Amino acid sequence: MSTVDSGAGVQAAADLVAGLPPAPAAWCTGLRKQYRKHLAVEDVSLQVGRGEIVGLLGPNGAGKTTVIKMLLGLVRPDAGEAMLLGQRSADPAARARVGYLPELFRYQPWLTAAEVLALHARLSGAGVPAAEQRDCLALVGLSGRGDDRVGGFSKGMQQRLGLAVALVGRPEFVVLDEPTSALDPLGRADVRDIVLELRSRGVAVLLNSHLIGEVERVCDRVVVLDRGRVAASGTLAELLGQREVRLHLTDLSPAAQQRLAALGRVDREGEWSTVALSADDDGTAVPDLVRDLVSLGARVHAVEPVRISLEERLLGILRDGAASRAAGPS
Amino acid sequence: MSTARTVLTIAALTLREASRRRVLFALAALTVVLLGLSSWGFSRLAAESLTSGEARLTASILLNLVMFGYSLVAALGTAFLAGPTLSGETESGIALSMLARPIRRSAFLLGKWLGLVAFGSGFVVLAGLAQILVVRLTVDYWPPAPATALALLAAQTVVLLTLTVLLATVISPMASGVVAVGLFCTTWVAGVVGAIGEALGNDAVGRVGSVSRVLLPTDGLWRGAMNAFQDPSAIVQFGGADEGAGAFPFLSTAPLTLTYLGWAVLWVAMVWALAAMSFVRRDL
Repeated sequence: MSTVDSGAGVQAAADLVAGLPPAPAAWCTGLRKQYRKHLAVEDVSLQVGRGEIVGLLGPNGAGKTTVIKMLLGLVRPDAGEAMLLGQRSADPAARARVGYLPELFRYQPWLTAAEVLALHARLSGAGVPAAEQRDCLALVGLSGRGDDRVGGFSKGMQQRLGLAVALVGRPEFVVLDEPTSALDPLGRADVRDIVLELRSRGVAVLLNSHLIGEVERVCDRVVVLDRGRVAASGTLAELLGQREVRLHLTDLSPAAQQRLAALGRVDREGEWSTVALSADDDGTAVPDLVRDLVSLGARVHAVEPVRISLEERLLGILRDGAASRAAGPS
Repeated sequence: MSTARTVLTIAALTLREASRRRVLFALAALTVVLLGLSSWGFSRLAAESLTSGEARLTASILLNLVMFGYSLVAALGTAFLAGPTLSGETESGIALSMLARPIRRSAFLLGKWLGLVAFGSGFVVLAGLAQILVVRLTVDYWPPAPATALALLAAQTVVLLTLTVLLATVISPMASGVVAVGLFCTTWVAGVVGAIGEALGNDAVGRVGSVSRVLLPTDGLWRGAMNAFQDPSAIVQFGGADEGAGAFPFLSTAPLTLTYLGWAVLWVAMVWALAAMSFVRRDL
């Protein structure tokens, strides 16, 4: 091959690589962690795309924080692989553009807020100027408190400082582990705005929160962990895709009851029936049902769509998991 | 971030922590009390009508005694600073956000260690120097090798804090301080017991001191420092190295050998490497 050809080949390869989509913000597969006899995490695989907000949900002890720490290279997985922004997370350099607010947050009480931020800016290696650091403090509502010692801060103010620390190194991926645990409703709204602002700037966020409403408002995708395993994952539309309709019916003949059951699972409560609709319904199922019920002699008093909240869906997933465990290993 | 920059940043942070926490004030207060008491003691001594030989002997012994006080203060200070600053930060979560930065844990540990070394040895050198000047002013005694003596005192502090750093990577903050200071005192007692054994010609008891000095080099370095602080004639006045001077806890019969100094350096390197291995493998 001539030099010109090989040069063109290298260029073509470079173009090909440049054209590839960037590596996900975070990716892991088959993560496993055992603490003595307790299996904390087993076979967890998940991905956070660039600019995507992913919620991590699950009951206490589900292994959420352990998964986060394995992703960040703070805990060594017994098995599996984790990557941050395209680099192996065991390599410290992978964390160069990663911000992290730990669940158990505490900052040097003998430093001032501005000094804590300057320390983290320096450790991140991002070369963030002092003015940008001050903007960061202002963003989390701590402007004017930069010269105060952290030791005198309330828990909520320390959590705000933690948020500023997570944001100060110009991150491309931010991990927030219970970011609102110590905040009042106003603080929670601030965090929500910050997360949405991060998304608008193309920064990916992994959000672990007990406040399901918070997750539902901001997350593109949700991963549900239960007992160290992924119990469900998908976009909110996928997870909440199952719709229901509630009907107030009287004079319900056996034939009409059969017609109801033909549509999907039916829950009866007095004169009210709740029917699950299939996900691929094109909008004709409910009018057809009402027409058929009327022709079968039923009196239709009310028809109400039912919206399933993420909370109900989460409880359903966790209860299904508990029930299948109770039924024995399949 | 380059490893050297990380190490320096963390070392500077550790020094800043020491200066802003109460430990510095506590150390300063203890030092002032020790300096005051010793200058009073030495001035009383100067008022006694002693021969120049007697005066040098007494000054040597007293200087070693007071310096032992400083090394104990430095040992307590660094042991109880090293424990909380390492395992305390790991337990409370302060280390979590720092170690989630693009830095190596070994660089973090080296920075902490360097900061503590600067703090601990800075303290003993400054306090020791002040003490030597007090002795010079009160009884006009100047030790034969003050620089070596102060350097060995600093080395003793470094050995103890390296041990505390290792302990702090595996056990709780308070326990690591208590165990380190306990081992320091045990080695000192073992050294005295060994010296008595040697003076009595009992090899088995004599070996207690030698073995403990190899296991933890604090006592060996301390004996080297004493030898550099004391007047060479003191040993002769006490009956000579073979007659009983060796059994006296605040006199040292022989200077430090280079081999022993080499062992102390190797010991620090090995214990630090163990601490780094333990810290790097630790789940946070």
